[in-house]
Parts: sequence; structure tokens; C-alpha cells
Amino acid sequence: MIFSDHLLTFITFLPTAGALLLLFVGGRDEAANNLARYIALGVTLLTAALSLWLWYLFDASNTGFQFVEVWAFSDSIGYRMGVDGISVLFIPLTAVLMPAVILSSFGSITKRVKEYLIVFLILETFMIGAFATLDLAMFYVFFEGTLIPMFLIIGIWGGARRIQATYKFFFYSFTGTVLMLIAIMAMYWQAGTLDIAKLLTFKFPPEVQTWLWIGFFASFAVKMPMWPFHRWLPEAHVEAPTGGSVILAAILLKLGGYGFIRFSISMFPDASHQFANFVFVLSIAAIIITSLVALVQTDIKKLIAYSSVAHMGFVTMGIFTGNIYGIHGAIFQMISHGIVSAALFFCVGVVYDRMHTREIDAYGGLVSPMPRYAVVFMVFTMANVGLPGTSGFVGEFLTMLAAFQANTWVAFFAAFGVILSAAYALWLYRRVIFGAFTKESLKGILDLDRREAIVLVPLVLLTILFGFYPAPILDATAASVNLVAENFANAIGAAPQAVAAATGH
Amino acid sequence: MLSDVTSFASLAPAYPELLLAVGAIVVLLVSLFWKGISSTAVSIVAIVLLLVVLAVLLLQPATGVLFNGVFIVDGFARYMKALVLGGAAATLLISLSNSKEHGIDKFEYAVLVLLATLGMMIMVSANDLMSLYIGLELQSLALYVVAAMKREDKKATEAGIKYFVLGALSSGMLLYGASLVYGFTGTTQIDQIVAAITLDSRSIGLIFGMVFLLAGIAFKISAVPFHMWTPDVYEGAPTPVTAFFAAAPKVAAMALFIRVTTVSFAPITHDWQQIVIFLSIASMVLAAFAAIGQNNLKRLLAYSSIGHVGFALVGLSSGTEAGVEGVAVYMAIYIAMTVGIFACVLALRTENGPVETISELAGLAQKRPFVAAIIAILMFSLIGLPPLAGFFAKWQVFLAAVEQNLFILAVIGVLASAVSAFYYLRIVKVMYFDEPVAQFAAVPGELNVVMAGIGFLIVTYFVTVGSPLTAAASIAAGSLF
Repeated sequence: MIFSDHLLTFITFLPTAGALLLLFVGGRDEAANNLARYIALGVTLLTAALSLWLWYLFDASNTGFQFVEVWAFSDSIGYRMGVDGISVLFIPLTAVLMPAVILSSFGSITKRVKEYLIVFLILETFMIGAFATLDLAMFYVFFEGTLIPMFLIIGIWGGARRIQATYKFFFYSFTGTVLMLIAIMAMYWQAGTLDIAKLLTFKFPPEVQTWLWIGFFASFAVKMPMWPFHRWLPEAHVEAPTGGSVILAAILLKLGGYGFIRFSISMFPDASHQFANFVFVLSIAAIIITSLVALVQTDIKKLIAYSSVAHMGFVTMGIFTGNIYGIHGAIFQMISHGIVSAALFFCVGVVYDRMHTREIDAYGGLVSPMPRYAVVFMVFTMANVGLPGTSGFVGEFLTMLAAFQANTWVAFFAAFGVILSAAYALWLYRRVIFGAFTKESLKGILDLDRREAIVLVPLVLLTILFGFYPAPILDATAASVNLVAENFANAIGAAPQAVAAATGH
Repeated sequence: MLSDVTSFASLAPAYPELLLAVGAIVVLLVSLFWKGISSTAVSIVAIVLLLVVLAVLLLQPATGVLFNGVFIVDGFARYMKALVLGGAAATLLISLSNSKEHGIDKFEYAVLVLLATLGMMIMVSANDLMSLYIGLELQSLALYVVAAMKREDKKATEAGIKYFVLGALSSGMLLYGASLVYGFTGTTQIDQIVAAITLDSRSIGLIFGMVFLLAGIAFKISAVPFHMWTPDVYEGAPTPVTAFFAAAPKVAAMALFIRVTTVSFAPITHDWQQIVIFLSIASMVLAAFAAIGQNNLKRLLAYSSIGHVGFALVGLSSGTEAGVEGVAVYMAIYIAMTVGIFACVLALRTENGPVETISELAGLAQKRPFVAAIIAILMFSLIGLPPLAGFFAKWQVFLAAVEQNLFILAVIGVLASAVSAFYYLRIVKVMYFDEPVAQFAAVPGELNVVMAGIGFLIVTYFVTVGSPLTAAASIAAGSLF
């Protein structure tokens, strides 16, 4: 029983323990590298198992925080952990993708292997910590902490233009996030606590909310990323090694969406209501403009990166409708996108490892030499399009439903995103997989090997499973989402009355 | 006036200073008459002496006011003195193995460091404008000599002269300010100035006096616009000397700044707050932009220290107890990071001699992974990235500023820290992303120990030293309010 009381701590810090263990692996030869790889794989697998156990133990009917651990002397900065329906699923998502990331690096990362594994394990701690912490300052610590390993991952193991890309990534994120830091401090002096559970019940005055909302928006809008703060993302994705792109798309972007739900909507409902139309405009801009931009890309990774921005547009749109469908859809879309975008980047990594180019024109007709790859890539392409029967459909459908309720025009314009995503995704698939297999350089390209299949097949299964049977995700989040939506409705419904009461004096 | 010193025991609060003064003189005389004593041995004795003084300071909880009120020992003085002693001992330690190549292998170096440290302790404990000046000059005179110690070196001599001329100028300003303050309040004792200031009698002459006084001290902490000497002196002085300049004297001057503002000018907080806010913003912003173009490692660290003084002043800008607590924590972490980074710089030498420029660090991560990792940790900590100690330092000072609704200051501050990240990251980039060009010599053992210890504390700050340090800083700040 003691163990499960501290389950979140174990899940969060197990990867760091693994990283410390790796420090003691001496030598630079292949045997030492392999030992390091298997240690990292074992640690991430164990973490993944624990995170699934967490999901299993999680009581979906309880709207409060569970697995709570508190180690704090005051209301100031302290160690507080706990999950509710909003955050619980992101932990298994992170922990399950990590072994895949480690496994995919076995063939492709050959220099500074130990360092690569160490920074990824530390990054995992920061990511899980950000979802699991219930202390606002610690959230900042974990959230901002991810910059250090990611900066190194892109900068050391990235492509030719990696330095510009990693600087851009760092400065966009850092500048946005330090503004959130000021907002966090202001919240502390307003509410007298950094405990997220207490802050959720604290009513910030509406005029203060506006400023706090802007502070948090500066951080999350860059992280999501929302148009027009997305400029760092295509470059970071293109230059990062496969594992870095996967983590960036699948987990780090979700920190922004999680933050919007946990903080912006829940703690600043009046400001969120006030800014909702602004967010809708940016979301639609993201959905339509970046989809169009994706159409003209010649680099596979860049195309997928732009499609990520477009998909995150659905998430922000869903969140700021503030109703149950919207938030539910946003969470589902984030989980689904976490799986699908990760898988797409793995797919790019597969051909990149063979051909060392990401140019779309360098490929064509891969269906004949790589039939298994073609099938896998098709499943994820369809999920990216949002075809019914794949997990991509459910999230898009729910967020559109919510948008229709909030504002018909928003839904109308968002629908173009669905059409455009079909256009760029299918066109990409056609150019890479179909067509005549004539390119000299592609002769002798091999189909998926066993290691790659082990990485990709579980993701295929999850994509289809959640497409037909989304219940595991929707059930786990339902109670908490209801609560968030209910509080939001109450807050914005109550706001006019509060103003009337204030002026009535 | 009768002396309040009736017995030796009544001197208890001043034991550390007495011990250090006697010790410094003994070390000086012994090394003067003992022909052929090695400078390393003298340095080791000096380190031991500093540690003994630190132990006396920590184990000896007596507080009080001595010598007719010119010398005060309170929680704040003890905290700051501990930092000064620790910083001085650590910088002597990291210069042990490389004093010869930097031309400071003379026993006078250690003696002068001891005397400068004594001056700093008197500054920290000064309760009177007179003793303040005596402490400041004892410190400064010793530092002027140390800066120019490498006599045959043109740059070091230039640094010494520059430091002396500008230091003398700042002392003059300080004295002029002190005389004005005395003229308009009728007392030189810091805690009695408060009583003499009442808001309606707040004369323009007093404000002038305060401005000059603060300008003089701002020179010593090298806050913009009184920072011009810093990059030149840092670059010109031998590296171990630079390490010493960057650590302990900054803390002592900052302690003086805090005591003068929060104690003697408490009734006119609003007036000095504006000055501090200006110094803070100017330091943070100028340092962030000026450091970008630097390729010399020591010049870069000079601008970095200017920037960090700016961040520390963010805490003082609030004028509250929480702000002073923040500054106290900030200075402790700043000293640890400074000693750490200089230990790394001193540890690196290529076939062309000690590393001086950033480009020489290329590929360090592959040649000396341990040193590179420590430098990277320190750089990320200097940026203020969590979970490293530098973040918690910034957290404390900005929290105090936000409490007082100094939002514009806070926003400018965090944006300046984002800009400053650029030059810190450049070092990480050069070490990790570039390919190695030079071979690096082996690192002396004691430097490895210092680097490992500081690296460990920076990384684990929140779970190890964080809460005891904050508690100590809180006691220190509490004794001023």
C-alpha cells in the first residue's frame, strides 16, 4: 500500500534514477553503449508499466485529486503531487512513448549514446512531473526544466541547421514562460498559496484575471504552438533527431494544452470567456493557414510539423468553447495526436535512417519495396486526416461539435481544416508511397525490420483501438471534465451578477 | 566618552575580526622573516585561518553593538560575513595550483586577501559612516595591490591603475555623501540617522547626501552606470584575482548597500527605491546586451556579474523584509556559482596556456566531459533555469518585487534574463555542439572537488541546501527590520 501511495513520485523520478545509473556506465565502446541502451530501455519500460498501473488504479468517478502526496512546510513552494482526470492520461502517454523513443534510437544514434539516453531520461522526469505536480511553482520548474534537455537534444544530435533551430526553440519558449513566472508570483500574492488544488477554488477578481491570463497565454501559446507563435516549431522538428521530434510533437506540445485547461480555463474563467473569440480567431488561422502552408512543403518532417500546428488549432478551439464536448474533445485530440504524430515522426525516421534525406521528391513508389511500411504509414496518414475508425476522428468531431455550439462560424471555418488535412496528408502519401518506383537511389531499400516493427505496431493498434472504442480515454476524463466545464459555466454566468453587485453599492 | 569595552569577554561579537586581524599580521610577519617559505604553504595557512574564523563566527552566537556604536553584529552581519569568509577561502583554494602561471605566487597575495577580507567584515558590521569608510578602504587598498600584483604584466598594471583611480573617485563620492548626510542629520551612526530623518524634515541636502553615498557603494557592487571599471579589471587582473574580486567583495558591498538603505534611510524608502530600481534595470539590461559581443571569457563573466547585481537589486527594490531575504539568498547562490565557474576556467588550459576566450572551449564536452558538464550546469543556473539553484535565487527576488506590485521592473527583469540566456547558451553551444580543436591539460584534484561539490549543490539545491539557506536568510533579513 505504501508503494502505491507514492506511485507518482516513483513514476516521475524513476527515469532520473536511471540517468544516474547511466553515469556509472564507463567506456565508449559498443559494449558500453549497448549496456547503456538496455538500461535506459529497461527503466523506461518499468516506468511505462507503473504508469499503466496508475491508470488502472485511477478512480474515474472521483473528481478530486488522487494519489496525492504533499511534502511542504508552508503555502509557499513545496512538493505536491496528484492527478485528476485532466492530467492522468498524459502520464501513460509520456511513459509509453518513451521506450519507443529509446528503442528507435538504437540504430540511428551512434555518437555520444550515453549522453543521449541521459538527457532523454531527465526529460521524461520533467515531462511527467509537469503533469503530475500540484504546486504551481513546481509546475514551472518542470515545465521550464524541459528546455535544458531539449536544447541539448536538438543542438547535439540535430541536423545541419540545428544551432539556429535550437536557439529559436529555446528563446521562443523561454521568453513566453518567464512572463508566466511573473503571473505565477502575482497569483501567489493574490491567493496566498501555490497549491493548485486550493488555487482552483480561489476566485481571482476579473480585472486581475485578465493580466494573469495574458501571462499564462504567453507561455502556452508558444508551447502549443498557436499561430502566429509557431515559427520555432517547423525548424525545431526538422532539425531534431527522430526521438526529439517525437517527444516534441507528442508530449511537449501537450503541456501547452494541459496548461490551458488546468490554469486558463479553470482559474481564470472570466478572462478566458473574454478572450475566447480572440483564441477562436487564432485557432482558425492556425487550422487554415498552416494547413495551406503544409501543402507546399517539400520536406516530410516540415509538412508533419505544420500539420501538428493545425491539429493543435482544434485543441485550442475546443478548450476555449468551455463546454464539455470541447474540453473532452481537446483532451482526446491531444492523446490521439500524441500517438499519431509520434508514429508519423517514427515513420519519417525509418526512411531517413535509410536514405538520409527528408525531401519528398527523393522518394516515390515505396509500396513495392516496403509493403509493410506502406500499410503502417497509411494507418497514421488516415488518423492524421481524421478518418472515422481512427483515433484522429473522435477528437476532431467532438471539438467541432463544441465549436458549433459556441459559434457556428468557428465550426464552419474549422471544417476547412479537415478538408485541407486530407489534401496534404493524402498527397504526401501519394508522393512517397505510390507512383513509379524508378529512383536509382532507392534501389535496395529495405522494409521495416523487427525493431522498427516493435516500435510502430503497438501505435497502429492503439490508433485503431481508440478510433473504434474511445471509452477508456473518455471515461477516465469524464468526471473531471464535467467539473471544469460546470465551474466555467458557473463562473461566466455569475460574472454579470458580480459586476451588478459591485456597482450596486 | 567612556569605552564600553570592559573586559575581553565583552568583545565576544568581534572575536572573528580580532582573530583575523591578529592572524593576518602573524602570517605576514612569519612569511616575511621565514626565508624561502613557499607561497602555497602561506595560502594554505590563510585558507585554514579563514575557515577557523568562519567556525568561530558560526559557533559564537554573540550579537550586539560595540565600540560606542560603530560596530554592530546582528543576524544579517553574521550571515553576510559567513558568505564573505566562505567566498574568500574558496577563491584562495582554487588559485592554489595555478598561482605560478598567473604570476601571483608571492606570499603577499594570501596576506592581502586576508586583509581585504578583514575590511569586508568591518564593512558588513559597520554601524557608522566612519567605520563603514574604514572597512571599505581597508578592503579597497588591499584589492588595488592585488589587482596589479603581476607587476611585469601590462594588462594587470593597467587594471590596477584603473581600479585605483575609479575606486578613489567612488570613495570621494561616498565621503562627500557621508558628509552631507552628517550635515543634515547631525549624526554619523547608521541607526541614529533614522531617528533624525522625519518625513517632513526630509531636506534636499539629505537626499543629495544619500545619492552620493549610494553612488559610491554602487561603484563597489559595479551596478550600471558605475560599472565601467569591471570588464577591464576582470580582464586585466590575473584570473585567480578576478575570481576573488567577483565573489567576496560583491557580497560585502551589497551588505553595506542593504544596511545603509534599509536601516538608516528607512523613512525615505520611497526615495532610495527609485534609485535602486533604476540601478537594477540599467544593470540587467545593459549587461544582457553588452555581454553578447564578448569573446573573452573574463569580460563575459564581468558583464554576467553586473547583470546578477541587477537581479539581486530587484529584491532590494521592494524595500521589504522579503526582498532583503531574497537578496541574501541570491548572494549566497551567486557566490557559489561564481566560485564554480572560476574553478572551471582555472581548470582549463591548452597547449597555448590558460583558456581565455570562449572559442577555445570548442568541443570541450568531448575532451573533458566532466568540466564541460559542470560549466553547462552553471550556465543554465546563471540563466535561471529550474530546477537549478539560479532559478530559486531569481524566484526569491522577483517574488518580493511582485509583492510590491513592481510589475514593470519584474517584466523587464525576466526579459533581460531571456536576453542574457543568449550569451550563456553560446558557451554551452561552443562546448557541446562544436567539434574539438585543442587538447586540454589534466585538471588538478582540488579543482575537481570544488567543481563537483558546487555542481552537486546547484543541481540538488531544492532538496539539499535550499530550505536551510532560506531559513538562515530569513533570520538575517529579520534582524534588519
